[in-house]
Amino acid sequence: MVSRTQPFSKTAQLALAHIALILYTLIALFPVFLVVMNSFKERNAIFRTPYDLPVFAAQGVAEDDVTFSLVGYETVFERGNFPNYFLNSVIVTVGALGVVFFAGTMAAFALSEYQFSGNTLLGLYLAVGIMVPIRLGTVSILRLVVNLNLNDTLWALILVYAASGLPLAVFVLSQFMRQVPRDLKDAARVDGASEYRIYWMTIPLIRPAIGSVMVFNMIPIWNDLWFPLILAPGEASKTVTLGAQQFLGQFANDYNAVLAALSLSALPVIVLYILFSRQLIRGLTSGAVK
Amino acid sequence: MRSSQKAFPWHIIVFLAPAVIIYTLFMIYPLIDSLRLSLYTMETQGGAEIFVGLQNYHRLFTDDNWQPRVTGALINTFEFFAIHMLVQNPLALLLATLLASRFIALRSVYRTLIFLPSVLSVVLIGFIWQLILSPIFGRALFAVFDIRLPPLLGQPETALPVLGLVSVWQWVGVPMMLFLAALISIPDELIEAARVDGATAWSVFWRVKLPLIMPTVGIVTVLTFVGNFNAFDLIYTTQGALAAPDYSTDLLGTLFYRTFFGFQLQLGNPTMGAAVAGVMFMIILAGVLLYLFTWQRRLLRNTVEM
Repeated sequence: MVSRTQPFSKTAQLALAHIALILYTLIALFPVFLVVMNSFKERNAIFRTPYDLPVFAAQGVAEDDVTFSLVGYETVFERGNFPNYFLNSVIVTVGALGVVFFAGTMAAFALSEYQFSGNTLLGLYLAVGIMVPIRLGTVSILRLVVNLNLNDTLWALILVYAASGLPLAVFVLSQFMRQVPRDLKDAARVDGASEYRIYWMTIPLIRPAIGSVMVFNMIPIWNDLWFPLILAPGEASKTVTLGAQQFLGQFANDYNAVLAALSLSALPVIVLYILFSRQLIRGLTSGAVK
Repeated sequence: MRSSQKAFPWHIIVFLAPAVIIYTLFMIYPLIDSLRLSLYTMETQGGAEIFVGLQNYHRLFTDDNWQPRVTGALINTFEFFAIHMLVQNPLALLLATLLASRFIALRSVYRTLIFLPSVLSVVLIGFIWQLILSPIFGRALFAVFDIRLPPLLGQPETALPVLGLVSVWQWVGVPMMLFLAALISIPDELIEAARVDGATAWSVFWRVKLPLIMPTVGIVTVLTFVGNFNAFDLIYTTQGALAAPDYSTDLLGTLFYRTFFGFQLQLGNPTMGAAVAGVMFMIILAGVLLYLFTWQRRLLRNTVEM
């Protein structure tokens, strides 16, 4: 196939590639689209015309043809406790990311800046957690959390997610900290800056890397079902993922409510993803390639 | 260490302490303590711990109540892993190869959209597919095309493969991104040189690109392996803790949950649960070590020879 010089076959190849990519993009998006679209329809229309867009009330539209309805969302807001679940998820995610940010950048700074004995060993110790899933320690985590009186609190989740996010964060951030020019830090030292001041000075210099690490950590924390189910299943400490899971199980036959709850849980994540997809993708590739 | 001549470097301790303490207390200590617990038994919930050696493990693999569940979950987990290796990773490589072409317009749009299911929670994905394959809404969806949908998630023969494909659908974006990053970093001159020598696109892929991205193939394999061997959310969401129908979708993750946390009338058993986690730990450790000592070493040797 010496097609390199023939313009037609080049175009044909490109067209084929586009067709394949469009086809797979549709496969990836259509189920999500179908759910969100049908969540705005009344019950009969969901089953009779599942592929049609909702029909709004307007001039020239017969009343019987109107399929737009918010009844599912009404059920979710009346019967579910979603604003509270949502707030819990925000607190847990922001809290865990805050701990990963401070503890992670500080440890990464120390490992990359100072040549103390045991530096390499400590780096390896912290790296063990990259490959071992924290879930395998759940039996003892639950006991520890109960002994500390932290069960059914958001603190339990914050600390566990921080512990599981730190290994990769320290590993990736210390690689980037090493690239900060030494002259810059030595100049600050000559000017009498403390080591803490120098640490704080390097943070803005690796901001893109920190952003990637944070976004990369954010999604698994927000989406986790395992630890909320085991450590904090109480009504007051439920996260969105656990709350949605239980609501969906309970209202399994109320299709309007199920579709609305699915859409409500998915939309914030989709919006955040669209805003931060660049950082996420960079975090994904920088974390795994190294 | 610049300041050591003057005073003890307290600042190093201050910098390291928060990360080391949180990581040790909430990750390393529980992992070790859980392995320790797997060697003990308790007569009552919360009662005194009695050392029994490897007896819990022995029970898992020989006791009539445990053995069928453990081997069932092991076989299912390997099947789940095989589906990801045979479908997810080749599909990811194909998509990445298409996206890596410099001539493809809208490359980042495709990339962003195909990755989208991976950012949604497994709970949502599970419910969405359960709905699409359900006998009620699913029937309405497929009736338009005159297809009578069999209860795919209700039949023991089809439930696990179908859920495997749902998981592939959700996660294919992750290996795709990793392959894409590796493919893009191949120097253009290498590919041009092969083309000038008369190589076709097909043989450039097999003879030049694939050998160069072998490290990523290894990483993707390990990530798939570790992910599948503690998978839980999808089965729990769609089939419940009992991994219906008739345990046909039971993975090590769901077995672990049922054993230590309990379900319905059965009380949780922390020490047996710790033993199940111990089995999972050994399998994951064996997989990771196998990767480090064979794959990475071979790659290193090849680079040295080059």
